[in-house]
Amino acid sequence: MTFTDWIGEPVNWVFTAIGLVVLFAGLRVVTAKNVVHSALYLVGALGGTAGLFVLLSAEFVAWVLVLVYIGAVIVLFLFGIMITRAPTGLDEGLDAEKKVWPVALSVAVFVAMAWSSIESFEPTVLLGTGEATSTELVGESLLGRFVIPFEVVSFVLLAALVGGITIARRDLTPVEEEERAAV
Amino acid sequence: MIVHQFLILAAALFAMGVYGLLVRRNIVLILLSVELMLNAVNINLIAFESMLATPQAIGQVFAIFVITVAAAEVGIGLAIVLMIFRNRRSANVDDLNLMRW
Repeated sequence: MTFTDWIGEPVNWVFTAIGLVVLFAGLRVVTAKNVVHSALYLVGALGGTAGLFVLLSAEFVAWVLVLVYIGAVIVLFLFGIMITRAPTGLDEGLDAEKKVWPVALSVAVFVAMAWSSIESFEPTVLLGTGEATSTELVGESLLGRFVIPFEVVSFVLLAALVGGITIARRDLTPVEEEERAAV
Repeated sequence: MIVHQFLILAAALFAMGVYGLLVRRNIVLILLSVELMLNAVNINLIAFESMLATPQAIGQVFAIFVITVAAAEVGIGLAIVLMIFRNRRSANVDDLNLMRW
């Protein structure tokens, strides 16, 4: 498939637009000087990813991504930033000074991953423009063949919930414990 | 659409996550970079699902598992960051050199 054929498909225009948004937002997540901006750019990257999932006819996963990540995880991040970095604002000391090795390593990771995925897979044409994968199929798979991983993951979530509360709660001072015992 | 374009985009996102992980000093920003990397993995899973078209949508199911584990990871991670901040008044990884040899 030549580049002219590739760009001739309208779905690839959509892909290019979304992909550029995702790449720009991802780059700003790791380079922004403001912590809050960094978290908000992650919204752009994740929203673009959800768009890509819709292109690949995975609509249920796209909405799960929007609800769980953009709805919950980003809010959690913003809470974490507000608690640990108030007042939030520009901060020059956010990055390490020496950036040569990180840049070299990430470029090497990108080249290795891109090269190996091009070499390992035939340029299969994806038929993502058809109808969406039905949520019924995903649900039956989750509660059928993958019911044990599903239960394990739900247990992991429960453990994370309990663990998060236990780690983050403040221990009572001895005076407060006495006061509580007196009541 | 061919499968390579998604794989290369995911590789670029993953490399950005690696860069952020190494360069950032604030723990919250390091966690954000980890999220970026997990997101790249999700793109790969969905692209492969679209390529293989498994009868049970295995790729999508595993993407949901990855999203769930990432949510749990963020919850625990931020709880630990909160605890460190409360004890050390800092969320900077350079300051956490107590157990450094």
